Amino acid sequence: MQRTTMLALALGLSVAGAAAASAQTLRIGLAEDPDILDPTQGRTFVGRIVFASLCDKLFDITPDLKVVPQLALSYAWSEDAKHLTIQLRKGVKFQDGEAFNAAAAKFNFERHINMPGSNRKGELSAVQTVDVVDDSTVRLNLAQPYSPLIAQLTDRAGMMVSPKAAQALGDKFGTAPVCAGPFKFVERVPQDRIVLERFADYWDKGRIHFDKVVFTPIVDSTVRLSNLQSGGLEIAERVAATDLPAIRADKRLKAASIVELGYQGITFNVANGPRSKNPLGADARVRQAFSLAIDRAAITNVVYNGEFFPGNQWVPTNNPYYVKSVPVPKRDVARAKELLAEAGTPHPQVTLMTPPNPDILQVAQLIQAMTKDAGFEVKIQATEFAAALQSSQKGDFEAFLIAWSGRTDPDGNIFSFISCKGPLNDGHYCNEDVDKELALARTVEDPPERLKHYAKVEAIVSKELPIIYLFHRQWLWAMSAKLNGFVAYPDALIRPQDLKVN
Amino acid sequence: MVAAAGTETSVPLHTGSRPLRRLLRRRGAVAAGVVIALFIAAAVLAPLIAPYDPLATDFAAVRQAPSLLHWLGTDEIGRDVLSRVIWGARISLLAGLVSVAISVLFGVPIGLVSGYAGGWTDGLIMRLTDAMLACPFLILAIAFAVFLGPSLENVMIAIGISTMPQFVRLTRGQVMAVKVEEFVEAAKAVGNSHLRIAVRHVLPNVVSPLVVQATLAIARAIIAEASLSFLGLGEEPAQPSWGSMLNVAKNYIGQAPWMSIWPGLAIVGVVLAFNLLGDGLRDALDPKQR
Amino acid sequence: MLAFLVRRLAIVGPTLVFVSMLIFGLQQLLPGDPALALAGEDRDPNVIAFIHQRYHLDEPIPVRYLLWVEGVLHGDFGDSIRDKLPVGGLIAQKLPVTIELAALAMLIALAIGIPAGIVSAVRKDSLADYAANMLGLAGLSIPNFWLGIMLILLFSVELGWLPASGFVTLKEDPVQNIRTLIMPAFVLGAAVAAVMMRHTRSAMLSVLEADYVRTARAKGLTERVVLLRHSLRNALIPVITLGALELGQLLSGAVLTEQVFSIPGFGRLIVEAAFTRDYAVVQGVVMVTAAAYLLLNLLADIAYVLVDPRLRS
Repeated sequence: MQRTTMLALALGLSVAGAAAASAQTLRIGLAEDPDILDPTQGRTFVGRIVFASLCDKLFDITPDLKVVPQLALSYAWSEDAKHLTIQLRKGVKFQDGEAFNAAAAKFNFERHINMPGSNRKGELSAVQTVDVVDDSTVRLNLAQPYSPLIAQLTDRAGMMVSPKAAQALGDKFGTAPVCAGPFKFVERVPQDRIVLERFADYWDKGRIHFDKVVFTPIVDSTVRLSNLQSGGLEIAERVAATDLPAIRADKRLKAASIVELGYQGITFNVANGPRSKNPLGADARVRQAFSLAIDRAAITNVVYNGEFFPGNQWVPTNNPYYVKSVPVPKRDVARAKELLAEAGTPHPQVTLMTPPNPDILQVAQLIQAMTKDAGFEVKIQATEFAAALQSSQKGDFEAFLIAWSGRTDPDGNIFSFISCKGPLNDGHYCNEDVDKELALARTVEDPPERLKHYAKVEAIVSKELPIIYLFHRQWLWAMSAKLNGFVAYPDALIRPQDLKVN
Repeated sequence: MVAAAGTETSVPLHTGSRPLRRLLRRRGAVAAGVVIALFIAAAVLAPLIAPYDPLATDFAAVRQAPSLLHWLGTDEIGRDVLSRVIWGARISLLAGLVSVAISVLFGVPIGLVSGYAGGWTDGLIMRLTDAMLACPFLILAIAFAVFLGPSLENVMIAIGISTMPQFVRLTRGQVMAVKVEEFVEAAKAVGNSHLRIAVRHVLPNVVSPLVVQATLAIARAIIAEASLSFLGLGEEPAQPSWGSMLNVAKNYIGQAPWMSIWPGLAIVGVVLAFNLLGDGLRDALDPKQR
Repeated sequence: MLAFLVRRLAIVGPTLVFVSMLIFGLQQLLPGDPALALAGEDRDPNVIAFIHQRYHLDEPIPVRYLLWVEGVLHGDFGDSIRDKLPVGGLIAQKLPVTIELAALAMLIALAIGIPAGIVSAVRKDSLADYAANMLGLAGLSIPNFWLGIMLILLFSVELGWLPASGFVTLKEDPVQNIRTLIMPAFVLGAAVAAVMMRHTRSAMLSVLEADYVRTARAKGLTERVVLLRHSLRNALIPVITLGALELGQLLSGAVLTEQVFSIPGFGRLIVEAAFTRDYAVVQGVVMVTAAAYLLLNLLADIAYVLVDPRLRS
């Protein structure tokens, strides 16, 4: 009897103790385990969520995608748009006490560009040289105008790490990263947790209200949510859309959401090897019929409780670069059948390669059922991700249901995918007019002017359909009702600034 | 090693109607047989007894709780759960039976060769078998499934290969025990060929422990198929496999528990039945156990 | 005895070599290029080429196998392509977690399995025997991922008694440690409990019919003394040895359970590594589990021989 009381007491105490300790700790449940914590080598989306607390960038974005300074103060393009001068914030310190200045910025750019295995090389490929103008000014020199560059600097390519630490650790820098962000690295237990603690000399420390941040990867969204419900987390990222009603009904929780920058779509193999010789790869009319047979709104309603947004372009409908003259098509089975008859293939067969995520499989099955009404016969080939990527690149696919996480600048959502030599153009679609407009769009700064080029691209692409865009996900977070100051950004990063528990 | 040592000593030399009678006396085993028969009937008669097409979607009736219209409710894209559970019996039973058939078909001859030949051949086969047994079963199955690509056939092959070492081991152990018996020596003395001795004299004596082992292996194979489907490595998605139904259902555990309860119970039911039957068979075929 | 030991040990070595070749070969057969999986969404060709060169992915398979063997002989299991951490370190980090989970599961299995086995042997063919048998078989028949999800639903979501997942080390907070492990340990233990129960039952049955037990009974000792002092002690020896084998299975069998409960152990390490084609990690983990399995087998064999000298031949 006595023993049970003791145990109960111990349990009670530990719960109380945990609650007291967690008041100063921000615990975030991640959907995956991040990869290496080095801004130069990092490649995963979840890694960027950790970087948001660890490493500040030259620029940041606002929720409506405007660029604002962070470690920089301002920027200016030269007349010929080939030189970018950046004023740096003064008095900023790295987490090892080293000073952040123009020399450090130059070091970082060169590290991003030159380090073997750098994932930033492509993002900064336009940059040829970097000059230190004075202690707090750098200038990037470009071979030709490249307007998406500023947007690149709002992400990992704009993150600044301590040169001293980077030189000491080399390609193992990610095991003990030192940046200029609000929290500094403490420890990482792979697949278990990443612990950061408050950096006392952070340049913007007035906006930081936690002593510690702990990231815990919890793969299963249900389990992630129940951890939040049982008080083990303050925030769970990417909760399932179907869990939202339960979250909204729970007084201890609240939800936040914003539409993503990327898209979910179907890439067709139109010219990459023998497997492109299928009815859909061979004839744009059959792809048009396929698109018309799909009820996009029904997909978002059924699979995602109506929380996601139907779409038909590489940016969501609320994006400044959305081409409004080409709206999301309504389902039209009769027209789809006509098109198939014109193409002379009333019952085309196609294999749809799909990653094995449950919700994506659900989408695939809906597409299978919907297109059947128009006469299509879709075979779903659930393929584990690593294998699917390789098949896709080799052209060993007919259609591939795949997501793109999206970039701040629209160029990042389209150029690599449909320009003739684009590195992500797995279907080998190629149209010179499209290439010309995409290249022109890169040289223009003014948004309405750029949109004109993208409108011309969309006019062609919406007919030829190398990619059928289906919908745009909504980033969904669930958090403790006590947590205040959370702002949803379309890049889905969790910025610790101004977050606090009441 | 130990497992083999345990079974090597128990070699039933006669089979006949008495084991059958002993089996029928075990009420659990009989009940298990009935349950398996029911599952098989459901699998065979699925097109007749399933109230709906297991693939037919209904966007207006997504994740509906059980009702008179849908006895076990509907799933994430409005398909009838009862119909899918019934059709799912096909995949589960096929996966269990075929994969074990594959491992018996390859495992038993290899075990026969290994045990009968002895020496260097035996050593090599046994080390390979040990190596496969030392690798985690599921990891092996995952590797084979990924290698072969996702489909029911490949999952069955993957499970079959991963299960095979058990049968090699078991057969070899039995052969080692039988081959020194007098009747085998006698057959050898009369000048029978090695193959003939192996097939005519050794094999029959290996059958009963094999039947027991196979029954239990089917139970394990059914769980393995469910596990692989649960990881998204199974049958083509629209097809109703209990494992992949659970894979989806776990995301709706709070809102649509019927989606996970019924396929889960179906797996437990059929696996339990095979385990019970295997137990009953062991008792009936191996009097020493009683 | 010594000769027996030497013979057994001589077998373990080649078996491990076969395991390493099997896993290495199998992994190379898998479709999917780790560089592609690792290069990220952008798939920068420079990055892909770099990863290929850095991890010798373009070398022929035998060369790569020998490179790996050379590393192992120098105590280096290679680096994870994904985390850039040494595989040896990753294993050292995960092993204690899985061992603790396995030990706890074993404890639960023994606590349920042995008493249940004794009861069903002593009361053979009674209702209790049948019930224990059925429960045991049910434990073997429930897929552990399903049981795990059901337990989370009940104890974490509905009742809110236990954390749904995650892991706290014993050193950090012993109570929380047990709270995070109890459900997964039970899920794993349930299946093992069934096995232990069945072993206990049959061992007890054969012991109960042995001569010395009959003698003890004839001497007029109480049934309780007969059971505990004479029967159980003898029956437990094979049960414990078989338990050791089950422990070996538990070390690697926790794949799905660790996945469902987000326990950062061996099981999750290997699945994630397999899906990202992190060859060195898969190789290292399988080698360790295989070695553990073979070692436990060896121990069980030795224990058997110690108990029954006839098997020494």
